[in-house]
Amino acid sequence: MTLLSDYNFIGVFALLAIAFPFIALGVAWLLRPKKPNPSKTDTYECGQPTVGDTWVQFRAQYYIYALVFVVFDIEAAFLFPWAVAYHALPLYAWFEAFIFVAILVLGLVYAWRKGALRWQ
Amino acid sequence: MKFVLDFWVQLGNWLEGVLSGWGVPVWGVNLIIDIVLAVILLVVGILAVIIFTPMERKVIARMQDRPGPNRVWPYGTLIAFADAIKMLTKEDIVPRKSDKGLHMLAALLVAMPAVLIFAVLPFGRGVIGQNLNVGILFILAIGSIHVLAVLIAGWGANNKFSLLSAFRVVNQLLAYEIPMVLCILAVVLFTDTMSMQGIVERQTIPFFVVMPVAGFIFLICAMAEANRSPVDLLEADSEMVAGYMVEYSGMKFAMFFIAEYVNMFAVAIIISTLFLGGYKFFGLEDVAPVLSPVIVFAKACLVIFVMLWFRGTFPRMRFDQLVSFSWKFFVPLSLVNLLLAALVVKLPIANPKAAPWVEGAVMLIANIALLAVTFFILNRAARRIEGPSALKRIVAVER
Repeated sequence: MTLLSDYNFIGVFALLAIAFPFIALGVAWLLRPKKPNPSKTDTYECGQPTVGDTWVQFRAQYYIYALVFVVFDIEAAFLFPWAVAYHALPLYAWFEAFIFVAILVLGLVYAWRKGALRWQ
Repeated sequence: MKFVLDFWVQLGNWLEGVLSGWGVPVWGVNLIIDIVLAVILLVVGILAVIIFTPMERKVIARMQDRPGPNRVWPYGTLIAFADAIKMLTKEDIVPRKSDKGLHMLAALLVAMPAVLIFAVLPFGRGVIGQNLNVGILFILAIGSIHVLAVLIAGWGANNKFSLLSAFRVVNQLLAYEIPMVLCILAVVLFTDTMSMQGIVERQTIPFFVVMPVAGFIFLICAMAEANRSPVDLLEADSEMVAGYMVEYSGMKFAMFFIAEYVNMFAVAIIISTLFLGGYKFFGLEDVAPVLSPVIVFAKACLVIFVMLWFRGTFPRMRFDQLVSFSWKFFVPLSLVNLLLAALVVKLPIANPKAAPWVEGAVMLIANIALLAVTFFILNRAARRIEGPSALKRIVAVER
């Protein structure tokens, strides 16, 4: 079995998984009533008319969290091949990973000290 | 006899034989088997919703000392069918201020990754959609589409509750993904493979016993990823009504509902695969492979019961606590745990020639030491903040 043919089933299943919500919503479209009126289609805020614009800028704090996330997510992506090949590698590989992780922990400590992880 | 005991694998072989006998070409046989398998897995996913909705409502109700659903025959266990009929016949309300395209797209997108994860979940030896050699990585990759769908739903609704929920995606779903991945890495280190079936096969002792630290971190992170109370800040109903799904109704809401329960079931199977030995149960999987899906299902039910127990016991976390809990506690702890696991694998005492439990025992001792150090550090930090009598004060309040 070649590597690519492994994904035949994934492809078939993905098509079915994408089709599933279309089928479900299609059946509901046949069955459901459709009588919209202004108070139904109003924005839901517990009965109060909504004030001001909703689509505002995200706060900068969220971007800082997202940046820290990206750093660690890429780290994880690099560590996966290391983990799979680890049994075949000499003990030296542990020190390499240690240095790699230590640099990232330094980054985390820096972000922590700078107050990036404190919710304001 | 062999046909009965190894029913699931033999069924596939039988179907293949019949189709070849009819003169269907090889690619056609493969395609038909793939389609049949995909439909079966999809039905298993949908069945999870029908089984676990009443289970959750009943269990939570008993914990809160009330009867729960008890009208739909028998004992309210078919409540999911009543819900399904209600959802199908409800009007689909689209808020006029919303971004209509995004509103629709999120509902279409949210159930897809939850279902697609089932392609690589092992229900037995050979009873698996496709035993990918990067199975666990596939789950992580597909799981991240869910984050996107929730973000789209929160932004597209043009509702302030939804938008707050979309903000919280960044903090909850992203922050809890890091320790989860690091715990998976510890498992991959021990098993030397990323294939889901390979992880089960190399797991002589369940990893929850071998590395309880990684197990518990993974359990809590998986609960946050599946958006279960007490870490369901995305839809915290007492703060933001229902968060990103507040503007959805009818079948579109049902898509989010289905996605949540299918996700919960998938997460429970992932936990039982990675940490509870998957379809292995004291050699029963060798005697009667037909029972392997039952074993997996029983273990998944156990995990889901623990999740519901958490929900019934703990109050919801405060938002800043939730974020700090991941970044300041789970991430450092799981990093140390990963390096510790790597060190244990390389110890001369734990070479492959020794008994398999030696490695496990060393890892367990290392884990207990890690826990002791963690509690020592936490205790010192608590004393620095609250003075020497912090623990005594808590005990006094408890009394």
